[in-house]
Amino acid sequence: MADRHPLFKPLIFVGGIVFGFGLGFSHMARPEVVLNFLQFEDLGLPFVMFGAAIVSGIAFALLPRIRDAAPLTGDPYERRLKPFDRNVLVGGAVFGVGWGLSGICPGAAYASLGTGNVAILWALAGMFLGAYAQGYWRSRSQTRDTAPTGAD
Amino acid sequence: MVTDPVLLQAAVELFPNGISRYAVGGLLVGLGTVLIYVGTGIPAGASTFLESTLSYVSDQSRFQQYVASRDWRLVFTAGIILGGLAFAATFQSGLVTSSLYEPGTTGQLYEVAGVTLWQTDIQPWRLFIGGILVGIGTRIGKGCTSGHGVCGVGSASKTSLVGVVTFLTVAIGTAQIVAALGVSP
Repeated sequence: MADRHPLFKPLIFVGGIVFGFGLGFSHMARPEVVLNFLQFEDLGLPFVMFGAAIVSGIAFALLPRIRDAAPLTGDPYERRLKPFDRNVLVGGAVFGVGWGLSGICPGAAYASLGTGNVAILWALAGMFLGAYAQGYWRSRSQTRDTAPTGAD
Repeated sequence: MVTDPVLLQAAVELFPNGISRYAVGGLLVGLGTVLIYVGTGIPAGASTFLESTLSYVSDQSRFQQYVASRDWRLVFTAGIILGGLAFAATFQSGLVTSSLYEPGTTGQLYEVAGVTLWQTDIQPWRLFIGGILVGIGTRIGKGCTSGHGVCGVGSASKTSLVGVVTFLTVAIGTAQIVAALGVSP
């Protein structure tokens, strides 16, 4: 990791700024707007999620045909497909309850802090607590298993 | 082209804030993802930051697998926060205006050093308990709205499509129940 290109972190930083600015501009950093979508009062949210997915999808499809490897890491351009199992459904459902209750998700929560929403620190504290609880539990169950499976 | 006034009326009710701010914001979110992917080959999601950052303070094996990526994920998240602030200092403060940007009416605006900041009206207990469930769920479910919703759907990953349908359906049901119980804001 130490031999990474000097522009690696600057590029990640700029990418994050554009990403966060987009979340602010689209009002996804406002939990109220997400909740308005989930209550069918303003159907704008899919334009954000699928608009972003279309833009990234074009890049994901085109780049592997243009170049073999990314300039800053030397990593090949490949689709990172996550394996499907029951966890996707269980985790998705738990996330759905949290998202539906609060209107916040990780990326939008970080951007929300930037727009001045200090109350979002409650959500961030909750997210770290939840992530820690599942990590603690899964670390324990992994050491119990005789045949540990690969990480997802 | 003849526009049907009934259809137009329905569209206005379903999109009280128009669609341009959502579409433009979504394109920017996608562009941020693409910038990182072009340079590094990494399809970045936002929720792994939670576990990778916990690896600084916890020895649990679950978090240690993210040690290699924790530094750049911290940089990514700092960028997202700064991007939100850049939005606040421009469009939210009224310094820059555009016909594509529709200001919102939710929450409370306040001012610090000439920058118009914004704070939610959603109650802290909803944010905190929702946050805990989001923290558990995105990590067990292998992704969130950006990892699955943007990168996964963009990769046409079946796992991510199932993930998105699952959390969208459950979230809609939850929000409807919470609203029906009279919880507001």
